[in-house]
Amino acid sequence: MSDKDPCDRCEELMQDFLDRTLTDLEWKEAEVHLTGCEYCARRYRFEETLRRYVKLSSVERMPPSLMAKLEELRGRDATAY
Amino acid sequence: MSEPEPSTEARRIAAQARNRVRFEEEALELADQVYRVARRLVGSREEAEDLVQEAYARAFRSWRSFTPGTNMRAWLFRILTNLNVDRGRRIQRTPDMQPLEESDYYLANKLASAAGEEVLEQEHVVERLSQDSVVSALSEIQPQFRDVVVLVDIGDFTYADAAQILDIPIGTVMSRLHRGRRALKQKLAEETMA
Repeated sequence: MSDKDPCDRCEELMQDFLDRTLTDLEWKEAEVHLTGCEYCARRYRFEETLRRYVKLSSVERMPPSLMAKLEELRGRDATAY
Repeated sequence: MSEPEPSTEARRIAAQARNRVRFEEEALELADQVYRVARRLVGSREEAEDLVQEAYARAFRSWRSFTPGTNMRAWLFRILTNLNVDRGRRIQRTPDMQPLEESDYYLANKLASAAGEEVLEQEHVVERLSQDSVVSALSEIQPQFRDVVVLVDIGDFTYADAAQILDIPIGTVMSRLHRGRRALKQKLAEETMA
């Protein structure tokens, strides 16, 4: 850890941790802290759940009628070969 | 008597037609994902449908400009987001996003305190969020932040893909994503408390 407060540092790493874009060294740094800090572990769990929820809430199937319209668009401009 | 060999030109045209059909099929396989993202970029289902149709019409027209083997998903979404900006379809709202003074625990704390809970259990938080509240909160974030959140968190694009689609540097994707997520949490807290 740097000379920052470990929880501040952990907070700083959180978004990238959840996005899986940390370097190996940073990943280990976060993991070590998360193993021993219930506050940060809860923060991470909350963020992860929220993200998953946002994603699930946004799942909406495309109306079949729209797919039919897109199919109709195929092959247009065929004379331009 | 055997049929005459097709001319070079005829073979070229046939090959191009096959490529086009393959391109269209590949593009249509992504339609669900395109719609899902479009739905969160614009305000209504009707607008999303129009936007998707326009994007596909443009994609099918300009299929030759797609390089086979490259990322079609990113290519299609770039068309979609550009059209969205061009057509002024973005939901215009008064910029009202304020930087959060509190930590990212804002939403969690607010939700927990409303319920008089000392200890936050994540499951309780998400139970209080409805699909409508997420949709509504997303629609209220400033477009430049929303676009990045939608592409990365809903569309599952990497930072690099989102940067390519929106034609902005990766660093900008990351900072907008960070601000967008915070704004989303702020909006969710407001919506849930309302």
